[in-house]
This record gives sequence, C-alpha cells and structure tokens, in this order.
Amino acid sequence: MQRTALEAAGRAESRLRDLMVRAQEGDAAAYANFLRDLTAHLRAFLRKRLYQHLDDVEDITQEVLLAVHKQRHTYRPGEPLTPWVHAIARYKVVDLLRARSSREALHDAIDDEMQLFAQSDQEAGEARRDIAKLLKDLPDRHRLPILHVKLDGLSVAEAAQRTGMSESAVKVGIHRGIKSMATKIEGPQ
Amino acid sequence: MKTESMIDVLSAHAGPVPRHVTERRFAIAAMIGVTLAAVLMLMTSGVRADIESAARLPMFWFKLLFPAAVAVAAMWMTARLSRPGVSVGVASIAVAAPFVVLWLMAVVALLNAESAARIDLVLGSTWRTCVPDIALLALPAFVATFWAMRGLAPTRLALAGAAGGLMAGAIGAMVYALRCPEMESPFLAVWYATGIGVTAAAGALLGPRLLRW
Repeated sequence: MQRTALEAAGRAESRLRDLMVRAQEGDAAAYANFLRDLTAHLRAFLRKRLYQHLDDVEDITQEVLLAVHKQRHTYRPGEPLTPWVHAIARYKVVDLLRARSSREALHDAIDDEMQLFAQSDQEAGEARRDIAKLLKDLPDRHRLPILHVKLDGLSVAEAAQRTGMSESAVKVGIHRGIKSMATKIEGPQ
Repeated sequence: MKTESMIDVLSAHAGPVPRHVTERRFAIAAMIGVTLAAVLMLMTSGVRADIESAARLPMFWFKLLFPAAVAVAAMWMTARLSRPGVSVGVASIAVAAPFVVLWLMAVVALLNAESAARIDLVLGSTWRTCVPDIALLALPAFVATFWAMRGLAPTRLALAGAAGGLMAGAIGAMVYALRCPEMESPFLAVWYATGIGVTAAAGALLGPRLLRW
C-alpha cells in the first residue's frame, strides 16, 4: 500500500510539473488545471495534518494557493515540484498558525474577564480538543476514516477514495477507532 | 471566496512567467552594491595613497580575491535560499573555503613570525576602523540584497538573511580592500572576517522581520 502511494505521488508530481511548465509559458488552461489538481492535493495534505484546525483547512488551502500563484516565478522548470510546493505550504501553515495562536492568547486574556458568559462555549471547545487529542493517538487506518466520515461528513465511499483504503476497511477503521477512543475515555478497567 | 472561483480568477489573469528572475535580481543587487560602495569610498577617503606600488604585490590582489570569492559564493547561497524547497547544498562549502584558506595563511604567517611581532601582524595600524568601515561600505549592498530577496520567496528567513548579510559584507570588504593599507594575512583573518561576520549577523537578525511574505 505504501508503494502504491509513492507511485501515485510520483505520477502526480510529473503531471503537475508538466502543467506548471506549460502554465509558466502562458498556457492559462494548463494553469487552471494545475491549480485545480494542486488544490485537491493540498486539501487532503492539510486535512491530514491540521486535524486540530479542520475549520481552517479551506482558508489555509486558499492562502497556500495564493502564495503558489504569487511566487510561481521562483519555480525553475526541470527542478522537482514537490519540495517547492511543500516548502511554500509549510511556510504558510507555520505563519498562519503562529498568527492564530497569538490571536487566541489574546482571546484567552479576554475570556478571563467574561468566564461566566463564556462557559458553555468554552466547554464545547474543550470537548473538541479532547477528541483531537484522542484521535491523534490512533493509527492512520482508524484516524483518517473517522476524520473524513465523522468529522468532515464525507460518505464512506468518498473517504475510501481519499484515503486509498477499501470501503470495508473504512467502516472497520471507524468502528475500531471509536471503540478504542471510548476505552481511553473510560480509562483502564 | 470559494476556492473554485479563486482558481478561475488566478488562472484568468496569469500570463507567461518572466524567466531568470532570481539571477536578474541578484545581478542587479551586486552591481548596485559594488557601485555605491565604491562611490561612498571615493567620496570619503579615496583609495590608498600607494595603490600603484601596492598593486604590484600579490597580497594586494589576494585581499581583493578573498572577499570577491566570499561574495560570489554567498550570492549563490542566498539565491538558493531565496527559492522555496531549494537546499543550501554545496554552496556552504563554497562560502567556507575562502575563509579556511585565509585562516591557514594567517596561522602559517603567525607561526613563522617572532613572538613579539605577532601582535602587530594581527592589529596592524587600522584595526579600530576596519570593522565599522567594512560594515558602512556593506550598507548599500545590504539594502540591495534584501530588495532582491524580497522579490523572491525565502522560507528560512534567518538563514537567508544571514546569507544576504554575508554577501553584502563581502562586497563591503572587497571595496574596502582598495583603501585599506594592511598587507598581512593575520590582520585580514581577524578583522575582515569580523567585518563580514557582523553584517551576516545583522542579516540573520533582520531576516525574519524584513523577508516575510
């Protein structure tokens, strides 16, 4: 399974690189295809890594897309495309999360004053954080199906397509994953 | 905005991408840096008075060659760090090599000298002004190099800033060598290296602030 994933990445690299080279020569249709393809890859990549910030994935995807667009003159045809995109995505994600965490620190300071009114809201936030913490400890084959189906609301078939797993593996992953999360919440018997 | 419509907007307004942007920006930065430093040097102190006789000595040329080699290597390194996903690679070896050669020369010169004469080889007669003068002459190149980087996309900002500062410091040292009367390698090994190091450190400090995009 790992090998097929690598092969798929290699195919995506050469297809995207081909589109990018044509786009740099001024082919607008190739560029639109490049951006569309890249968006799908970015979204999946970010969703997998930013499970604590799933609400922001679409925003961050757009930020990265915009950065790729603005900096496309720094890609040199003939060089591998994956490290170029990855470096941009990484830079933008770190930048945005840093900005966000300093904003949130500000909110926390404000929340202190208004704790009484913020109570219910805060609980919801904490609940989600706990789930994220529990999810983090799950192996990918359990975590990704739960993420896609239970949190993103995708169908089992869509989740199977996105993760490269079979539909039954997705269902089993959800079932076992939720069971092991439940066990952890209850603590050792 | 929906991502799909954003893609439509971006691809509709995109023409062909200009070629060799990195090379062009760094060539411009180096040219401006050298020219303005030379003008600055000629306006303040001028070249050394004995330049005609000094130009017959190998040390005069080595003193130009050392910072020139550092400047070229640092420019290569900075250009690599200005593009996402490109590693420093062997550029760091190219940057280190001139320093290693100079320091070896300095050690040999010090070992061959009488112990009482060693301190003079290091301090010369201008050690107090050498570092600030190099930093001053590096200033135009510093600004130009950071301008070049700001049009590109460095992702490791402190490192890219340090590399840019290194390039600027080396250009400053190269121009300063035309007016500096010192002819001993231990002097260069300490004070030229410090002058270049100071601008590199300034670049590392300013990089995260000035190079964000």
